[in-house]
Parts: sequence; structure tokens; C-alpha cells
Amino acid sequence: MSRRTIAVLALATFLLALVAGLGTETARAQGGPIKIGFLSPLTGAASALGKDMLNGTELYLDEIGRQVAGRKIELIVEDTEGNTQTALTKARKLVDQDHVHILSGGLLASTGYAIHPFAEAQKIPTTYPVMSSDDLTQRKPAKWVVRTGWNSSQSTHALGDWVIKNTKYRKVAAVAADYAFGWESVGGFQRTFEEGGGQIVQKVWIPLNTNDFAPFLSQVKRDADAVFAVFFGKLALQFMKEYESNGLRGRVPLLSNGTTVDESVLPQMGDEALGTISTLHYSAALENPTNQRFAKAFEAKAGKIPSYYAETCYTNARWITEAIKAVGGKVEDREALLVALRKVELKDFPRGPVKIDTFGNPVQNVYIRKVERVGGKLQNTVFFTYPNVSQFWKYNPEEFLKLPLYTRDYPPCKSC
Amino acid sequence: MTRRRPGMLVGVTVVAALAAGVAPWLPSYPLTLLTQAMIVAILAMSLDVLLGFTGLPSLGHAAYFGVAAYAVAILTTERQSGFVLCLIAGIVTAAVTAALFGLIAIRATGTYFLMITLALGMVVWGLAFRWVSLTKGDNGISGVPRPDLGLPWSLWGPLPFFYFSLACALVAILLLGLIVASPFGMSLKGIRESESRMRILGYNVWLHKYLAFIIAGTFAGFSGVLWAYYNGFVSPVDVQLVTSVEALLMVALGGPGTLLGPAAGAAIIVFLKNFVSVYTKRWLLILGAVYIGVILFAPRGLAGAFHRRSS
Repeated sequence: MSRRTIAVLALATFLLALVAGLGTETARAQGGPIKIGFLSPLTGAASALGKDMLNGTELYLDEIGRQVAGRKIELIVEDTEGNTQTALTKARKLVDQDHVHILSGGLLASTGYAIHPFAEAQKIPTTYPVMSSDDLTQRKPAKWVVRTGWNSSQSTHALGDWVIKNTKYRKVAAVAADYAFGWESVGGFQRTFEEGGGQIVQKVWIPLNTNDFAPFLSQVKRDADAVFAVFFGKLALQFMKEYESNGLRGRVPLLSNGTTVDESVLPQMGDEALGTISTLHYSAALENPTNQRFAKAFEAKAGKIPSYYAETCYTNARWITEAIKAVGGKVEDREALLVALRKVELKDFPRGPVKIDTFGNPVQNVYIRKVERVGGKLQNTVFFTYPNVSQFWKYNPEEFLKLPLYTRDYPPCKSC
Repeated sequence: MTRRRPGMLVGVTVVAALAAGVAPWLPSYPLTLLTQAMIVAILAMSLDVLLGFTGLPSLGHAAYFGVAAYAVAILTTERQSGFVLCLIAGIVTAAVTAALFGLIAIRATGTYFLMITLALGMVVWGLAFRWVSLTKGDNGISGVPRPDLGLPWSLWGPLPFFYFSLACALVAILLLGLIVASPFGMSLKGIRESESRMRILGYNVWLHKYLAFIIAGTFAGFSGVLWAYYNGFVSPVDVQLVTSVEALLMVALGGPGTLLGPAAGAAIIVFLKNFVSVYTKRWLLILGAVYIGVILFAPRGLAGAFHRRSS
């Protein structure tokens, strides 16, 4: 045997030892801790959002002393790097090796679609606090998945309706990030807005890796009554700045979805964001007592105001513990736990009252908000509430589902 | 190469036998990681044909891996096609893509080759992202079923699928080993060492490089087919730059031009990624340190380091 072969063998032995080490099973006796597996992007481009998600989750669990129905709660966190393949591998790890009782978390829509078949095959109760892609609870629902967050077009349906009923804007140009979330958000707005007599006169899709918005913003029709924007994270910050520097602010009023001015980016914005009217199922400035308490506690823990990512994960953690209470802590009965997860209905989440529809999506308030400066800081002041908004708006679910999913070209842009 | 083959054969056989023997006692999570390592190893080895044996650093290798994975995902979810058809379709798609891209890329060498393959890779990524009616765009295609081979064991279980992947990896090692040890493989090495000399000796350098490019793409496609079945999910992530870079790092870590080195590099990265990250959120730092360490102390990769000592 050459030394080369010996080296290869040594390497193989090392790898197998590694594998064996990985495989050391943890004891899983009934009455041990309740294990919640949580997927969150803690490294990579989305790590700031991942941190908010984790802080929100931990805040609630700490409030209840990490204990429910007489059993301890163990939160097992895995980093997804904001990458769906990694998320899927980590989901397998959480279920196969850690034997979690509930799987939760995730950021990207593609992660949601990837975990769907996994959750079904493993029969593991799963909740999605953030992933908002419409079809996750519309045309491709999963029995084992409950969405505790929202879906993309849920709040923009409401904004389309609000604009028709409360403003004179009838010709709106859409400027949005060029991917599924942008398409679905614009689609929802377009449908209710055009059914009310408005016209989408233009759709400008901006690639996710754009660094310079000027060539896109110069295309925006200056005679549009308003612009409807859909961005998030760094893109939202850039968009706001360039909307002003390209001379659009003050000339064409700005409407947006929730993430464009979400509290995850709002503190980094300046006066350029003032006056933006947006729509979401949450605002850190909501005045109900639960939210006031939550926002204060979150700020004390994280040193920043809560974003929707923080609230939805806080709510998600409470949602899960309510379901665990309902089954008396017997999380080993997965079917019962799933039923309980789908039955949770509370009136006092920070975002307001929530219940769940038969497709597994929350029915909740949608707030129309305006960016204002209060006490020197920007906030999303809520000035109108649509109560109990379903993912299907006011449409019949069956008829709604016969239509295609909102995409880049659907609904078609008739007035462009 | 020919002299060393018995040693390599023994090595491969023992590692495979060890892995196969230990597998039934492994819990399912490490087993799925091992499966993943087998599949990614095929990708790393296919890239090694280009980088290690021909001296062509490609930054777009995920393209061929990805198109094959997409071919399988689309055929299984839209047409419920069987394994044989998917396997052939995936590999052929990858080979045809490589044949097309090779026409453009092979003109260049060095950094220019790197840039052209990078650009071509981005074209595929752009298609995956934007051709929504076919690829479902950013959301990806989920629900790819495991293949039904007509065997008594269902490949849905982690253990049978591991053996399946192991067998596929062995086939790939055998075929690639034969290719690089053949006179054709020798000429590739000659081109790596001195292109001008090979040209003067009368070799058709362009054709050799072009064939190597297609072979590398074809095996990347084979890996992509398995990947689609393994994950049950295909998305633009599979064809993006990061995936190409990771494959390149696996080859660099394991040792370019050794075939088995990159395979080991793939396994090490898969385990390091998923093993270290359990213990620390700073695992990227550790992975980075490993890369830097290898480049500083073993510029020819792990296999290169062993080889230097043994010779």
C-alpha cells in the first residue's frame, strides 16, 4: 500500500468518524423538552432580517420562561444563509437528528415551496411566519403547514381598494422588484384598483441586483397620478433616495407595499420617505396595548424598533405555544397538534386579532399607513384599518383559485 | 498515472466499501449528508477535468449542473416521466448546453476564459430566474419525486437512495478515471503544461479542449440529475454563481488534477458546512480559514500535499 493510499484511508476514517459523531442521538423521552426547530438567515445578505426573526421568537419564549403546559421549551436555531438548499438540508437536520416537534421559520418564498413536500412527507407540523408567496396557501397548500404571517397580495388588494375610494388617483405606474414577491404584490393592487375603475398605466420591473435606479426611474411616466412601489431591504433604501434625486418626489405621490417602508429599513431613511402611503398587516406604531408593550420590550432587547419580521415571529412563537397548551403539552401527537395550530384564534396579537382560514392563511387586519416624523423618528402612522382581510380579499375562494397566480404578465397590463 | 492506478483503485474500493458498510448504522441525517457529498463529488470531479487536467478554470460550471436538474424537475412534475428518460434528457441537455457554450468559451484562456464562462453561467441563471412559465422563476420547482427503478427498495428511504448515489458516484469515478488515463486524457495534460508545444506536435488543441469542455458539462449534468432527485426541488440557486464558485473551491481544496482529491474536497466542504454550523454561527469564518490555510500551506490541494510527501 502506498502512502498515498494510506492518506486516502486516513481521510476516509476521519470523515466517517465525523459522521458518527454527528449521529450521536439525543435522548427523546416523553416528558422531555418540547423542541421547536427554527430556520433563520443568520449569515449572508439577509442576516439583519434573520436577527429580527430570532429576536422576536426569543422575546416571546423568554416572556413565558421557556416553559409551557409544564414542559420546557427548547429552541433549536439553524442558519439558512438565505439559501434555500441550505434551508432544506437544515430542515432535514432539525427533523431527523434533533427530532423537533415543530418546524418553523424561513425567509425566502422558494424555501417555502421547498419545505412544503418535506413537511408533508415527514408529517411534521410546520409554521411559516415570514414566507409570503401567495400559492403556499392558495393553489399549492400543504396539509402540515400553517402560515402564521401573511401573503403578498393580501395587503395590496386592500390598498387598491383604498386608493379608489379615498383618492383621485386613477392612473398609477407600478415600479417593483422583478421577482415573485414584486409580481404578486403588484398583481393584488392592480386587480382591485382596476376593478374599481383605475388604470395601471405602466409596469417598470427593476432587477434585484440593480445599483442604479436612474435608467428605470427616468422611464416613469410623469403624468401618472401616483407611483406604486414594491421593494425591500437595501433596494428599498436605494429606491427612496433615488426617487427623490430623480425629481419624482413632490411631483408624483408615492404608494407602496409594506416592506418598502418596513421598520427594518425605515430608521435608515430620511425625509425622502415622508408622506409615503403603504399597506401591511402590521406597523410598529400600532396603538393597541399588546403592541405598545411588545414594541417597548423588543426595543429593550434588540436596541431597535420592531420590524414586521420581528412581530410575525413573536406572534408565531405565541401561536405555537397556544397550540401546545391546547393539546395539553402532548406534542408527540402530531395530528392533534396540527389541528390545534389551525384552531388558534386570538384577539390580542400585536398586529391585532387573527384567525386562520381553511387554506392555512391568517385572516387579519390590514392597515393603511403613512410615513410621518414623530418625536424626531420616522414611523408608519396607521390611519385606516381594513378588519379581517382574507387572502382572497372579498372574492369567492373557488373562483379566485381558478384564475392564474399573479405574475409578471398577469393581470395583463391593458392600459400600458 | 497508469502506475498509480492500482493504489487509487484500492483506495476507492476501500472507501466505498467502508461507506457502504457503515451506512446502515447511521442515523438518517448524516446519511443524507453523505448522499449529498456523493452527488456533489461528481460535480467537483467533472470540473476537475477542466480545471485540473486541461488547465481551464470555469466559473460557470453550475450551468450544466443546473440545466440537467431543471430538465429532470420539469419532466417529472409536468409529464411524470420515468427515471431513464429523465437521466438521458438531463445529461443530453447538459451536454448540448456545454457544446454550445464551449464554441464561445474555448476561444479564450486564463482570466478571459474565467470571465466568459462566468457570463455564460449568468445567462443560464437569468433564464432560470426569468423564464417563469417554464422554470417557475424565483420560486423554483418543488415536488420532484424520487425515481422508481423497479427495485424492491423504494428510493424514498435515505438508505436506498444513499446506495443509489454511491453506485452513481462509483460509475462516474470509473468513467472519468478511464477518460483521464486514456491517451486523450494525456493530451489534455499536455495542453495544460504547454499549449504551444502540443500544437506544434500536431495535436488539434481546440478540439481537445472542446471535447474536455463537453465531457465536463456532461458529468456535471449527471450530478445535476441526481441533485434534482435528492432535493426534490430545483431553483435558480442551483445555477447561480455561488454554486459554481463552491465547486471551484472543492477542486482547489482537494487538489486539482487528481480526480479523487476534488471528490474528497466536496465531501469535506459538505460536512464542514453542516457540521461546524451546528456549533457556531461563525462557521463561515472557519471555512474561510480552512481555504486560506490550504492555499498557503498546500497550494496544490490536500491530495497535492499527500502526493508531495509520498513521492
